[in-house]
Amino acid sequence: MSDTPESQSAGRGSGGRKVEVLDDVIIRFAGDSGDGMQLTGTQFTNTSALQGNDLATFPDYPAEIRAPAGTLAGVSGFQVHFSSRDILTPGDSPTVLVAMNPAALKTNLGALRPGAMIIANTDKFKKRDLEKAEYASNPLEDGSLEGFQVVPVPISSLTRRAVEPFGLTPKQADRCKNFFALGMTYWLFHRDLEPTEKWVRGKFKEPFSSANLAALQAGWNYADTLEIFHSSYEVPPAKLPPGTYRNITGNHALALGFATAGKLAGRTLYLGAYPITPASDVLHHLARLKALDVITFQAEDEIAAMASTVGASYGGALAVTATSGPGLALKSEALGLALISELPLVVVDVQRGGPSTGLPTKTEQSDGVAVKFMTPVILLSDGYLANGAEPWRLPDLDALEPIEAHVPTDPEGFRPYDRDPETLARPWAVPGMAGFEHRIGGLEKEDGTGNVSYDPDNHERMTRLRAEKVQRVQRVIPPVEVHGDDDGPLLVTWGGTFGAVRAAVDKARRSGLRAAHVHLRWLNPFPANLGEVLRERTARGTPVVVAELNTGQLAAILRARYEVPLQTMNKIAGQPFRVSEVLARIQTLASTEEATR
Amino acid sequence: MIQQAHALTKKDFMSDQTVRWCPGCGDYAILSQVQTVMAESGIPKEQFAVVSGIGCSSRFPYYLSTYGYHTIHGRAPAVATGLKIANPDLNVWVITGDGDALSIGGNHLIHVLRRNVDMQILLFNNRIYGLTKGQYSPTSEAGKLTKSSPMGSIEHPFIPCATALGADATFVARTVDIFVKEQREVLRAAVAHKGAAFVEILQNCVIFNDGAWKDLTERKLRDEHVIFVEHGQPMIFGPKNGPKKGLRLDQCTTLEVVELSENPTLAEMVAKQILVHDETNAVLANMLARMQPPFPVAMGVLYRVEKSTYEREAHAQVARAKERPGAADLQAVLHGRETWTVE
Ligand code: SF4
Repeated sequence: MSDTPESQSAGRGSGGRKVEVLDDVIIRFAGDSGDGMQLTGTQFTNTSALQGNDLATFPDYPAEIRAPAGTLAGVSGFQVHFSSRDILTPGDSPTVLVAMNPAALKTNLGALRPGAMIIANTDKFKKRDLEKAEYASNPLEDGSLEGFQVVPVPISSLTRRAVEPFGLTPKQADRCKNFFALGMTYWLFHRDLEPTEKWVRGKFKEPFSSANLAALQAGWNYADTLEIFHSSYEVPPAKLPPGTYRNITGNHALALGFATAGKLAGRTLYLGAYPITPASDVLHHLARLKALDVITFQAEDEIAAMASTVGASYGGALAVTATSGPGLALKSEALGLALISELPLVVVDVQRGGPSTGLPTKTEQSDGVAVKFMTPVILLSDGYLANGAEPWRLPDLDALEPIEAHVPTDPEGFRPYDRDPETLARPWAVPGMAGFEHRIGGLEKEDGTGNVSYDPDNHERMTRLRAEKVQRVQRVIPPVEVHGDDDGPLLVTWGGTFGAVRAAVDKARRSGLRAAHVHLRWLNPFPANLGEVLRERTARGTPVVVAELNTGQLAAILRARYEVPLQTMNKIAGQPFRVSEVLARIQTLASTEEATR
Repeated sequence: MIQQAHALTKKDFMSDQTVRWCPGCGDYAILSQVQTVMAESGIPKEQFAVVSGIGCSSRFPYYLSTYGYHTIHGRAPAVATGLKIANPDLNVWVITGDGDALSIGGNHLIHVLRRNVDMQILLFNNRIYGLTKGQYSPTSEAGKLTKSSPMGSIEHPFIPCATALGADATFVARTVDIFVKEQREVLRAAVAHKGAAFVEILQNCVIFNDGAWKDLTERKLRDEHVIFVEHGQPMIFGPKNGPKKGLRLDQCTTLEVVELSENPTLAEMVAKQILVHDETNAVLANMLARMQPPFPVAMGVLYRVEKSTYEREAHAQVARAKERPGAADLQAVLHGRETWTVE
């Protein structure tokens, strides 16, 4: 069931059946929005993390919260990629699909790997269910799933029987079925039941706690007793760098990063936000961290969220706002105010498109730059990072640099726009500091004094100063690192495409091709050595490909900035790059290069 | 709040910037009163932060020697909210106008009032867009002829105090730019109020809407057209020397004006059922706010109640959250509930 060469037979296991060792598995739980698939996937993820696998997840739920039950629009899925190796993406094609109803099967079938296992809840493949999923005949019986390993299990009725002793209504009993499914997959992949049992006990009241536990155990027993699976599979722990790890989503990591930054700066961490998917979890997580001197303000709209963040920064807090696409558009007005007022703050844009992994675990760096240079910073994340979970090695808090602000101490001769000669940052004198009273605003200011000025020369000077200040951020950001070979195609990425492209480059190199990858973490300014890296390669005629999930915005900027010939690889389907399609591009480039040599 | 060591004077609150409003603009009188009230409050200068939006009135912060932030159109309440949360010890003022507060910033205004963030919000109402040179505003009267309404405005105006009451403001007052003494009283009360204090100041724009309030401000008309209300006092008005009038409720629980003698006694007022102002009565405040000619326009503190303030509650939650064992331990929070170690 795995195409990885590392898979091997490893004797007999529970139930007397064969145990195979796998390197890499992608499992997808899919069902109706009400079937608890997100919970199931999260439990599988956490348990796998505790067993030491490297992993990446991809939760995928309908935009409509209450799409009609059983329909294609109502399918909710959660994909977990877990491995004994370092992995970079939630995976292209699942090897196992748990389908709680026909709609779940239909919407996910196309993505499955040939030969994949499909565990189907046969109780939900009745005539009505098939109609809702627009199936003319039952796919479990009509031979259309030939080539897959179909495991039909009456999950609903088995669950109902398992929870009988607890006196639940039929509806309540049915809601335990995701734990039955989870129990089966735990048997299949040698997962430990304990962490989930512990979680269930803490999460549910009686009788639901006992009922869910019974369903979980029943699922495990069912798989163990009946010969529905030919083998079970072990995925050994990954060889991750030493350290203490936890499992974490991108949004949660952002929240912890900001709270840490607040501590490093010795200031209140302020978040002004307006609810918007997929950024709201940043607000939810920070709202629970008040004990770390975090204050969250749920504003009346995106504009107020941004404006209040500017106000909080003006008041001396470490100020942050978090939003997504349309929210960022609404924030641009007050962001402009922050820019001309030269106040430090961070705007998180959790982009809705744009995919994959590479956790923003160094969030506090953005605060550091904001404060050091007295400038707003935009931090880009995306929906996949935001909701996807990965193991995260906990940082050593003592090794983190404090975030130091340029706070003036001598009121004598103080001027609000006198700049630090190194960073060009202006001083951060906040209301309440005696002797530093001053007025600022959105109008152009006289260099130094900050008084309103309509002088044309002054305006030009101030505009250049503000731009130069941002350029000087280059001095503190790391140079780009070229991952891979000196020759062969170089792929350039930014944001969430990191995982797929890095995985494809590595795969290409393992197959004997030469390739390299540069991932940009800073987009304005670019790292100081980027121009040199691009020019050096293009001058030699080595192809440089900018891969991005849009029509080529980064490529356009790079061409304009560095005047180098670049190729592009674009995808605008609202879907991540697949490792396979990036690999195909590398192979094509390698063969043309070979031919022209 | 920290008290100032040596007494400050109005002069201490003047900035070095030349005031650039049109000569005769009502804003001058308001600036003078604000400086006076700030000086006499005993609050140190550095504790004042004055935030404004866009419009003629919004140049205000440049003319005060306190901290000041001239922000963007309509957003001052939101900026001020973030500021007050970041530093609850500050004495925050928002200076805004009828266009700034009620048009582009309407949403921010109602929410800052509802949340009761502790600050003074002064709305200079000149019933016109001045900075953009004379379009009708959300408080312009129906039929108003302006550059953008050459056939007359077809909109129904806001009554700012009624809007504020509708937004559940905890302090609502009205005054006039040139009513020096009364304005000062209202501003003092606003500073003393813990919560969002909304003050509508009727202001004359000599250039684009001169005489907008002359029915209320002209000496001869003032006595008939204005009533100053005070908590616990009977609501009467009229010329100093001459018969007075009072307010009472008719059967349909709407207000009506009743004739009184020149020096009405308590007995006379009781007999004629003259109302006594109760600033904690929201229904009464709403009726007072909505009085328009031929009724007298109500001035003074129309409504005032105590409610918890947003910034205090926010900081109280931080303090409460810290009481939970381990909650304030960053290392523990980073670790979460489940970790594993790779050797
Ligand atoms: S235009 Fe009107 S409101 Fe503006 S400064 Fe002149 S008089 Fe005052």
